[in-house]
Amino acid sequence: MSEKRKHVIPGDVVTTGPYRADQNTVLDGRLIISTTVGVSEIADGAVRVIPLTGMYMPRIDDMVVGKVTTHTSLAWELDINSCYVGFLPATDVFGRDFSARSDELNTRLKRGDLVAARIANSDRSRDPLLTIVDRDLGKIDSGELIEISSSKIPRLIGKRGTMIQMIESQTDSMITVGQNGWVVASSEDSNGLIKAKKAIRMVERMAHMHNLTDKVRKMLEAEK
Amino acid sequence: MGGRDTDMVLLDENGIRCDGRKVDEPRRITIKAGVLKNANGSAYIEFGDNKILAGVYGPRDVHPKHMSNADTGILRCRYHMVPFSVSERKNPAPSRREIEISKVIREALEPAVMLERFPRTAVDVYMEILQADGGTRCAALDAAAVALADAGIPMRDMVSACAAGKVADTVILDVNNEEDQAGQADMPIAYMPNLNQITLLQLDGIMSLEEYNKCIEIGIKGCKIVYELQKKALAEKYFPEEQS
Repeated sequence: MSEKRKHVIPGDVVTTGPYRADQNTVLDGRLIISTTVGVSEIADGAVRVIPLTGMYMPRIDDMVVGKVTTHTSLAWELDINSCYVGFLPATDVFGRDFSARSDELNTRLKRGDLVAARIANSDRSRDPLLTIVDRDLGKIDSGELIEISSSKIPRLIGKRGTMIQMIESQTDSMITVGQNGWVVASSEDSNGLIKAKKAIRMVERMAHMHNLTDKVRKMLEAEK
Repeated sequence: MGGRDTDMVLLDENGIRCDGRKVDEPRRITIKAGVLKNANGSAYIEFGDNKILAGVYGPRDVHPKHMSNADTGILRCRYHMVPFSVSERKNPAPSRREIEISKVIREALEPAVMLERFPRTAVDVYMEILQADGGTRCAALDAAAVALADAGIPMRDMVSACAAGKVADTVILDVNNEEDQAGQADMPIAYMPNLNQITLLQLDGIMSLEEYNKCIEIGIKGCKIVYELQKKALAEKYFPEEQS
């Protein structure tokens, strides 16, 4: 393993150099300490640890897949696979002329519906606020929900989306990837769906390996 | 420090203890991380004849709601001995001793766990003592720290624990059940190895200042041995290719 990338556990000193302590690290005097099990990375003067385990923590602008659990008269509550529930305000779906009196939230999104949303706001004091006002966001009409570890999502997407694009084109399927570890795959062809699911599970299982895109491509080609 | 008289020779003239160990030798320890499927993190430890399973859930919603804290997350620990963990059946209801040990374990873990990152949530740690043979609180703490790391809860450092004590006027490392019952003192220590800080220090018995200092010194040495094994347990699960 190179000097730059190291396997670390909580408490391990990643480096002592003049770097900025980024994701999953803390600065203690001159030491930069890892706070989680993962792989450390030094880039652009910053040190970060890519976690290998852990729960999804909402961050602003993350795209997530949520499942509607309940609603009030003004907003839906979505399970976003985190310790916090996501709030989707009704005005997002009904538009600005939403009226709590005349509009029934049940008509648009029901309990159990899957929604692709973006995290509009999230801070320490409140539960994360979601929005669906953007391209490619909104209710997901069909597909199968696949749950994987949120720490493996970057591998599933790949460098500039190479991995996910390859899986989509090889299996003729549509895959919506949420940063929270929830992935929805749909396909006209049931065989394609099975293959896409298999590929996603393979990425999850072998996330630490090099050259994963090629390995997954080979697996999919062999299946044909 | 049960204060019980015994005919057993706790330390012979060659400096060998009742179970054949040297004075500064810990028992055989094995740790395995990630042994449970349904918990977010888990660990199993065998510390001599102690067998302990630890499971971690969280961060998750706090129930009952009034326990939640808007500024920080909370840590809840449960140390529990199963009925067959000791030779005479133990009532499974939480005893006074278990409640106290749960509290000291929580306080020993709190300095390491970065709960302030998860306001309004709880991290739950459950430790089940399947078989007890003295020094269970230290062993449970060791398993809990590995389970927390396995669950991906941010931590400033690992927490490693090991007991030291005194038998036959000699300071020893890792007190077993016989030495605990018939010995002169028992001192569990929990320690954060990279930050060089002690998070748990209890003492049952009487010691001179020199003995106390010696106890701390070898106790920390024991914690460092445990730390290496904790590291190994996590590496075996997460970096298997490095191990082979």
